[in-house]
Amino acid sequence: MRLLWRKAVNNIMLGLTAVCTLITISALFVILAYLVYNGGKSLDWNFFTKLPLSAGETGGGMANAIVGSIQIIGLAALIGLPIGFLAGVYLSEFEDKALAPLVRYTADLLNGVPSIIVGILAWTLVVVPMRHFSALAGSVALSIMLIPIVTRQTEQFLREVPMSLREGALALGANKWKMIATVVVPAGSKGVLTGMILGVARIAGETAPLLFTSLNNQFWGGLNQPTSTLTYMIWYRAISPYDDWHRQAWAAGLVLIALVLLANILARLVLARGISVPRT
Amino acid sequence: MATTATLIQPKATSKQQVGDKVAHLITLIFAATVVLVAVILVFELWWQSAATRQKLGWGFLFSSNWNPVTGEFGALPFIYGTVVTSVLALAISVPLGVGAAIFLSELAPAGISSALTFLVELLAAIPSVIYGLLAIFTLVPLMRSYGEPFLKSTLGFLPFFQGPAYGVGFLTAGLILAVMTFPFIISVSRESLLAVPREQREAALSLGATKWESTWQVVVPYAKLGIVGSIFLALARALGETMAVTMVIGNDPSIHASLFAPGYSIAAVIANEFSEATGTLYPAALVELGLVLFCLTIVMNGLARLLIIATTRKGSKRV
Repeated sequence: MRLLWRKAVNNIMLGLTAVCTLITISALFVILAYLVYNGGKSLDWNFFTKLPLSAGETGGGMANAIVGSIQIIGLAALIGLPIGFLAGVYLSEFEDKALAPLVRYTADLLNGVPSIIVGILAWTLVVVPMRHFSALAGSVALSIMLIPIVTRQTEQFLREVPMSLREGALALGANKWKMIATVVVPAGSKGVLTGMILGVARIAGETAPLLFTSLNNQFWGGLNQPTSTLTYMIWYRAISPYDDWHRQAWAAGLVLIALVLLANILARLVLARGISVPRT
Repeated sequence: MATTATLIQPKATSKQQVGDKVAHLITLIFAATVVLVAVILVFELWWQSAATRQKLGWGFLFSSNWNPVTGEFGALPFIYGTVVTSVLALAISVPLGVGAAIFLSELAPAGISSALTFLVELLAAIPSVIYGLLAIFTLVPLMRSYGEPFLKSTLGFLPFFQGPAYGVGFLTAGLILAVMTFPFIISVSRESLLAVPREQREAALSLGATKWESTWQVVVPYAKLGIVGSIFLALARALGETMAVTMVIGNDPSIHASLFAPGYSIAAVIANEFSEATGTLYPAALVELGLVLFCLTIVMNGLARLLIIATTRKGSKRV
């Protein structure tokens, strides 16, 4: 009787863990299904080619927001990737006793800072001195988020390069920087690139740091002007009272998630096959 | 790693050493940039909130009046909303997440486990504004017509489940945050469960324990610190989450016992009001709220990292 009870508990609890898995993973499919259904209905060619119309008018697109997102994310990557990469090289190859743990600790700290607070920082650094919102401020905010991600990922992947490769290079007479540039970095390049793609994919989905840095623009923005982005437009359209704007929010959501998931799947399955990607 | 390499290196000529020193210096400058950014962040949060800290002092944290027009600023409703939604999220996501982690590490075959974990990682990659978009158009109407009336009719005697069902409010925000914190709990808990040595399981099973008894009484306690670490990590994420919460919490700066009532969170009020804040006190009050949020997340993240490091070390030592 007692054994029967224990076996029953065993089966029920193990069954429950399977149910937990089912529920959590089905969330992903529910999200994707809703987006594809609602977004697919709303997505048309105008979305990519036309400028947004005023409130209440039907039609129009988000061409400016697409270009704006590319500008802001591109510039953020240009600032953030080199800084993050070189800081990662430092942590893995040159670590000093005092500074390296401090850099590692602050990178983790920055990684955990809520994105809205990074937005405040970019606001004080760029928007306040310039006295107006700009794409540049948005890029600065996103690059601040990107730097710690790339730093820690680069460090991890370079550390995985086997010691024997480094010793081989040194034994052949290479000095340290040559060893790093010609042996260590190429050997770890796949992982480093994966980390970079995942980092950029992550900042591409950020909205909060853009709310009071790059803001929004009805027309084409520019580096020095408020600029519209896809993520801002999803938020702005979704909380509006107009049906046609809701339709556009779904379309923008579908485009955004397609790009972000594509980057993730490409990086994780194709580029990083067999490499375990550390969490950020 | 670097030190062993230097030891092995034969005595280099001075010209070679110059190259190494330059490379060292360049990477050091960029590494120092990371520290500099963090220092500037703390400094700016402190400096830009000076106006309210001087005028209102500690009272800011305990006042529940928020009326920018009359110059009243109190942080309490926002702190309350942030904490309530995050705790609610964890109350939902911890049992589900730990259950799923147990399934993925103990029951599922390795291939299926890693495939499913990959799907969980994708859940973490979905931008928060997308969660908000789905919540506003699907979860909010569902909660208004079915979820909240159901809770009211079954658990309505509790003060948490009373009042009109708006759809937007603490409960909906907590639900969407729960989904957003699944990936953190599942993947970190799974890793700490996988780090438990095989012998522990075998010993329990050979003593006649069932699979579940071995898992629940031996494996889970062994990985306890890592699991608690994953919970703190999820809590830090939930506290700082902005977009999804902003879109469904209802944006009402008041404190209600009912989870159906609309509320506000720290991140949400900064998101909604910062670009329109004028004068000196108003933006300073919002930055000070940011400072409060910053401190909360730093503490949670710090605890999470300590616990996770502690378990992975313990596991690898005994394997």
